[in-house]
Amino acid sequence: MSLVDLLLEPLNYPFMVRGMLAAIMVGIVCATVGTYMVLRGMAFFGDALAHAILPGVALGYLLGGGARGPLFWWGLVTAILTSIGIGALSRGARIKEDTAIGIVFAGMFALGIALISTVRNYTADLTHFLFGDVLGVTSTDLWLTGIFGGAIVLIVLLFYKEFLVLSFDPTLASTLRISSRFFDYLLYVLVAIATMVSLQTVGVSLMVAMLITPAATAYLLTRRLPVMMALAATIGAASGVIGLYLSFYVNMASGAAIVLTATAFFAAAWIGRTVQGAIQNRRLRLSHPSSN
Amino acid sequence: MSLKSLRKTSLIQRVSPPGAPHNPAAPILEIANLSLRYNGSYALDNISFTLNSGQHIAVVGPNGAGKSTLFKVIAGILPATSGDVKIAGGGPAGHICIAYVPQRSHVDWRFPVNVADVVMMGRVSRMGLLRWPRPRDWELVHHALQEVGLDDLAGRQIGELSGGQQQRMFIARALAQEAELMLMDEPFTGLDAPSQEAIFSILETLKGRRVTVLIAMHDLNLAAERFEEVMLLNHRLVGFGKPEQVFAPPQLRLAYGDHLHLVGAGDEWLALGDTCCDEGEQE
Repeated sequence: MSLVDLLLEPLNYPFMVRGMLAAIMVGIVCATVGTYMVLRGMAFFGDALAHAILPGVALGYLLGGGARGPLFWWGLVTAILTSIGIGALSRGARIKEDTAIGIVFAGMFALGIALISTVRNYTADLTHFLFGDVLGVTSTDLWLTGIFGGAIVLIVLLFYKEFLVLSFDPTLASTLRISSRFFDYLLYVLVAIATMVSLQTVGVSLMVAMLITPAATAYLLTRRLPVMMALAATIGAASGVIGLYLSFYVNMASGAAIVLTATAFFAAAWIGRTVQGAIQNRRLRLSHPSSN
Repeated sequence: MSLKSLRKTSLIQRVSPPGAPHNPAAPILEIANLSLRYNGSYALDNISFTLNSGQHIAVVGPNGAGKSTLFKVIAGILPATSGDVKIAGGGPAGHICIAYVPQRSHVDWRFPVNVADVVMMGRVSRMGLLRWPRPRDWELVHHALQEVGLDDLAGRQIGELSGGQQQRMFIARALAQEAELMLMDEPFTGLDAPSQEAIFSILETLKGRRVTVLIAMHDLNLAAERFEEVMLLNHRLVGFGKPEQVFAPPQLRLAYGDHLHLVGAGDEWLALGDTCCDEGEQE
């Protein structure tokens, strides 16, 4: 079997094609918002938000008698409400932000598991929510992913300069009278929608990897924000595709395969950077032997 | 509604004002009985003064004296507990003509932007929402970079600049912002003499353009030698005027207390300070 056959073989299955398309879109969308999350140190927020949508999805699942269709909307509403809730809680500042996030995160996640566990034989569905089910993506799912994902990318591009100023220098943003409250909440809501869009691809447990890992990899490789964003989107999409091939041929869980691919990209970039830095330091020391 | 038609409506214009109107007869900055209480004590205590266009003032005081806090209240970032701040006759809230030049230690120098990107940030509110930089914005950015002598470093990642270049980049950003009032937080801290001189020569050009500048610093000598007017701050406004009057032993003792030792007598005296430097004030 040639390499081309190896690459084309999985595409004979329509569910693989749909899975690939979903993984590519999710990779791009998550990496785009993820770029700002990495720059602003919001990794824990992303992880918490992903877990916190579980009760919403669970409620939709119970009320709909297991039907898949309405789950997207239940999850979307929960994600948006939770993101605004966490934002308000951390602005209220009676307790530290990461403490507030930790409490909401674990509480909501427990509620979700509790709700789903009331159904007999719940493990299969719970597994799908937790770890994703990218091969079960329907064409309706694809449309929703495309529309909401496209909207996220569009909004990030439209408010590029405002998000840039707020992330780099919040003080400048306030002297320029850019509303940090409005744009912070807008970013939270964008992350919430990205989370919901990715639910079926990687599940809530691995979501944070799609948001953070490709963007962090790109951060190591470039010093320009537009390049970082484009690179992160490319790495995210590539992780989706390579991960799905992996899961097809090695027969492992698709969400895990996608995340492991993204992690491998990061590891390669990190090792490359570290080695490069060590070589540069050595050269510097050799050319200035006295300055130690 | 498509984006294009949205752009044509006047909505966007109203969302992004070019800045609050200025009354040319009013002083650029007028502060009356300004106080700010923080955690039960006064960070700023009943401060009043007025600045006219083109004045350059060194603001001196011990660490934690409220210099940064004063700047943030003037910029409209922190609300005052009581008293009034007027910028060219109106409250600071709507103005985009005030530039706050941050302390270098408070900046993320690993952020993925280059020098021109940072200077362009000063243009963001002048461009308005949903707009990208136009040729005029680029022109202003390049002009600002030329003025601070950084035009050949426009494409440099900001972490690769020296301390003096970093400081000049932020001044260029304030120029691109078309600021009329600049608040500089410890710009000289950690700079060698040539870098300090470069900033002083930029300050000269700013004076020619009647830009008003307040500069927080801790070096009494530098303030006394290089500024015609200084302000001594320790929560209260201890003194404001010519350095030889403001930096007299009674005021200095009032501002610095036990942290300053005055040696000598009469007109000949020496101030030995033990407050230093870098990590500035609590916010």
